[in-house]
Amino acid sequence: MSSYQGQFRVWRGDSDGGSLEDFEVEVNEGEVVLDIIHRLQATQTPDLAVRWNCKAGKCGSCSAEVNGRPRLLCMTRMSLFEKDEVITVTPMRSFSIVRDLVTDVSYNYEKAREVQAFTPPGKLQPGEYRMQQEDVQRSQEFRKCIECFLCQDTCHVVRDHEENKLAFSGPRFLMRIAELEMHPLDAADRRDTAQDDHGLGYCNITKCCTEVCPENIKITDNALIPMKERVAGRRYDPVVWLGNKLFKRGK
Amino acid sequence: MTEVERQNYDVVVIGAGGAGLRAAIEARQRGLTTAVICKSLFGKAHTVMAEGGCAASMGNVNSNDSWQVHFRDTMRGGKFLNNWRMAELHAMEAPDRVWELETYGALFDRTEDGRISQRNFGGHTYPRLAHVGDRTGLELIRTMQQKIVSLQQEDKAEFGDYEAKLKVFQECTITELLKDDSGAISGAFGYWRESGRFVLFETGAVIMATGGIGKSFQVTSNSWEYTGDGHALAMRAGASLINMEFVQFHPTGMVWPPSVKGILVTEGVRGDGGVLKNSEGKRFMFDYVPDVFKGQYAETEEEADRWYTDPDNNRRTPDLLPRDEVARAINTEVKEGRGSPHGGVYLDIASRMPAEEIKRRLPSMYHQFKELADVDITAEPMEVGPTCHYVMGGIEVDPDTGESTVPGLFAAGECSGGMHGSNRLGGNSLSDLLVFGRRAGLGAANYVESLERKPVVLQSDIDTAARAAVSPFEPSESEGARENPYTLQHELQQTMNELVGIIRTADEIERALGRLAEIRARVRNVVVEGHRQFNPGWHLAIDLRNMMVVSEAVAKAALLRTESRGGHTRDDFPMLDSDWRNKLLVCRASGDDAVVPDVSVERKDQVPMRQDLLELFELSELEKYYTEAELTTHPAAQGDTA
Repeated sequence: MSSYQGQFRVWRGDSDGGSLEDFEVEVNEGEVVLDIIHRLQATQTPDLAVRWNCKAGKCGSCSAEVNGRPRLLCMTRMSLFEKDEVITVTPMRSFSIVRDLVTDVSYNYEKAREVQAFTPPGKLQPGEYRMQQEDVQRSQEFRKCIECFLCQDTCHVVRDHEENKLAFSGPRFLMRIAELEMHPLDAADRRDTAQDDHGLGYCNITKCCTEVCPENIKITDNALIPMKERVAGRRYDPVVWLGNKLFKRGK
Repeated sequence: MTEVERQNYDVVVIGAGGAGLRAAIEARQRGLTTAVICKSLFGKAHTVMAEGGCAASMGNVNSNDSWQVHFRDTMRGGKFLNNWRMAELHAMEAPDRVWELETYGALFDRTEDGRISQRNFGGHTYPRLAHVGDRTGLELIRTMQQKIVSLQQEDKAEFGDYEAKLKVFQECTITELLKDDSGAISGAFGYWRESGRFVLFETGAVIMATGGIGKSFQVTSNSWEYTGDGHALAMRAGASLINMEFVQFHPTGMVWPPSVKGILVTEGVRGDGGVLKNSEGKRFMFDYVPDVFKGQYAETEEEADRWYTDPDNNRRTPDLLPRDEVARAINTEVKEGRGSPHGGVYLDIASRMPAEEIKRRLPSMYHQFKELADVDITAEPMEVGPTCHYVMGGIEVDPDTGESTVPGLFAAGECSGGMHGSNRLGGNSLSDLLVFGRRAGLGAANYVESLERKPVVLQSDIDTAARAAVSPFEPSESEGARENPYTLQHELQQTMNELVGIIRTADEIERALGRLAEIRARVRNVVVEGHRQFNPGWHLAIDLRNMMVVSEAVAKAALLRTESRGGHTRDDFPMLDSDWRNKLLVCRASGDDAVVPDVSVERKDQVPMRQDLLELFELSELEKYYTEAELTTHPAAQGDTA
C-alpha cells in the first residue's frame, strides 16, 4: 500500500474571523478527505471542528467545500486528486460560521418547518393505504435526500445573497413541496404557497443543485420544473382561472 | 455556584433516533411538554444507517404470516434467552406501528396490489420486512422527523409557537442524570457542543434512546455517536444492565479499502438472492447449519435457489441463517485460508440477477461500492467480513412500560436490553424502535402524570456534574503523563476488537480486563487543548468515559458466561448450555469513582415463559434449548408421562 504526504489547506476560525492554515499530513491508499481531517485531529490539531456521523454517505453531516466545490468529506476520495496537489477544505459558504468547518445550518430547519406537513386522506384508516409502485416512485426519489444541504449551499439565489433567504426556501425544501404534491394520497394543495411563501419563482433552473447532489437526485428536472409547471397551470391556465373564479363566487 | 441555563419539561428524551422520536411523538400526543436532546443535528441519528427493513407480520406477501410466527422466529433467533413478554408485544404490535407511519407520510415500496411490500431476511420464516429499497432507516427517521414538524405546526396554530409543546435540542451532550433525595429522576445535565456552555433539563421523566456501544470496537458499522452514553449514564444513576455479553457482529461489512472497513453491507443482498462464496467459489454456508436449525434450511444449492420463487415447497438458503451463525462461518472460512484477498469472503449478487435489477433493488449498495471501493457490484462480487453492529444488552426495563429500576428513568431501542435475547434478527431493530419507543413514551407520560410533586434538582449535584465535565481542561499536577483522548480511544477499540470480539476465550478476556484497567487509570489523566467551543477533543474525552464503562460491562459479563450462545461465542466453551438459558447477567455500577465506576456482575433467573406462548413451540424444538425440568408443563411432555 502506498502512502504519501498530502498538502492540505484548512480554514480555521470562528464567527469573528479566521484564515486558511497549511498542513502536511499522511495519506494512505483508499482514503477519503474525512480520514485526513480525522488524522489531523488525532495528530496535529485536536480541537479542529468538523461535523460527521456515519462516514458512509448516508447521514449528510460532513458537508463542506473541497477546492471550492460543495462535497461530502466522507465521499470525496483522495484518489481524485494529484499527490502533489494542495487540497483546500473550507466550510459551506452560504451559512454562517460556528467554528472551523462547522456552520450554522438552522436556516434549513426553519424552512423545513414552514412546509405544510403531509396531510392524510380523511377516509382511510391505518393499514388501508393502497398505492402503486410507479406512483410512489416519483416522491421516493426525493425522499432519498440525506439533508446534507449542499444544494442549499451551492444555490446562487442565496449563496451570495443573504437577503434572499427570507423569501426563498432553497432547492431542498422546494423539492420537499414537490414530493408532497406528488404523494398519491396527500390531501393538501401547496401550489400557491410554493410560489408565494417559498420563493419557487426565484429559481431559474441553472441545475447547480442537481450537480452537487451526492444522492444524484434530479432536483431541477424532476422536482423544481414540474412544480413550476403545476403552479403555472393553476395560475395562468384560462380554464383553471375561470374555474377558480366561479368556485370562489360560489362560496 | 455553576452558571447554567435551565430548561423545564414534563418528559425529556435523550437521543433522536427512531426510538427517541417515536417516544417523543407519543409523549407530546398525550399533551405533555417534551424535549428531545441529541448529540448531532436533528435527522442524522444512526437509524439512518439501517438498510434492509422493518419486520412486521402484515402478511402482505405471504398470508401465512402472523404475530405468532414472528414471535417464534424472534425467540429462535435469540436462542430462547429473549424476554418473552417483549418479544410477544413486539410481534403483536409491529404491524400497527408500520401502518401508522404511512399516516405520517412514509412511502414504502409496494406490492402488485398496492400494499406495503415485504422482503425476506435472515431467520424470518416469511417475507416480512417493510422496506424502501435499501434505505429503510432513512425513511423511518425522515418520516418521524416530519411527524414532529407536523405536531409543531399544530402547536403553532394553537399556541402561536412551534415549540410550545415539543422542542428538539440538537448538538447537546448529556453528561449526568440527576436524582432527588427519594432516588427518583429529577433532571439531566449537559453542555451545548457548539458553545460548551452548561444546560440543565429539569424533568420528572427521562427516556433513554441513545442507541448502542459499537464505537468501543475498532471494526464497526456504527457512527461516532455510539459510545454507550445511555448505558453508562443509566448505570451511574443506579439502573441495571442485562445481556451485555451479547454483541452482534454483522456478517457482512466492507473489508476494503481500510478507511471504510466495517461499513455495513445490507442483509437485503442475501434476502434478494445474493450468495456467500469462499475463494474456491464454493457456497460454504451449506456446511454450517447448526444442529438446532437442522431440517429448517435447504441442503442443496438447487433447493435453495428454488426457494426464492417457490417458498412453500422448498426450504430457504442457509445464506439466510441468523447473523451470529453466518458471522462465525465467515470467520472460520477466513481463518482456514479460504478467504478473499483482503481477509473476507465473497458476496455475489452479480451472477444472480440482471444489472438493472440490482441497481433498482439495492441502489445505495451499488452507490457505496462504486464510490468507496471502485467495485461494480453488478459485474463482480463484493468482499465482506464481520463488523460490530449491535449490542443486544442494555438497560433492564419493564417490558410493558420501558421503566428501568430507577423511578422516572425509561429506555427504548438499542440501549434497552432483553427483547432480542442473545442475538437480534435483522429487521427486528426498526420494529423494536417503533413498538418500544411508543411504549416508553406512554410509560413516561403515565409516570409523570402520577407524580404528586415534581422532583427537585439539588444545587450540589449541578456543581459536581459541572466539575466532572470540565476536568479534562484542568489536569491534576501530581499524577502521570498527560493523555491524548484519541490515543486512548484507539487503544480501547483495539483491545475490545482483538480480545472480546467475535470469538472469545477466558484467557483473552482476562487480558482485555487487564488492559482496560490500565486504560481506565489513564483516562483520569486525559488533557484536552483549546477552549470549550465546538471542541471535538473535549467531546471525545467525555464520551470516552462512557465507552470505558460499557466495555468493562461487556468484558466482565463475557468472562462469566461459560457457554456459547448467539452473540457470545467462547472458544473454550463452544456449546450451548441449557443450564445457562434462563440466566441473565446483571451489571451494576460499583466502587467509589462516580465518573468511571467499576462494574459488578451477578446472575439472575428469568421469569419462565407463559404457558400459552410455550405451547406455540413443538416440544422437540424446545428440548434443544431447555432443560428437561423446565418443560414438564408442555402438553406433549405431559402426554409422554400419562
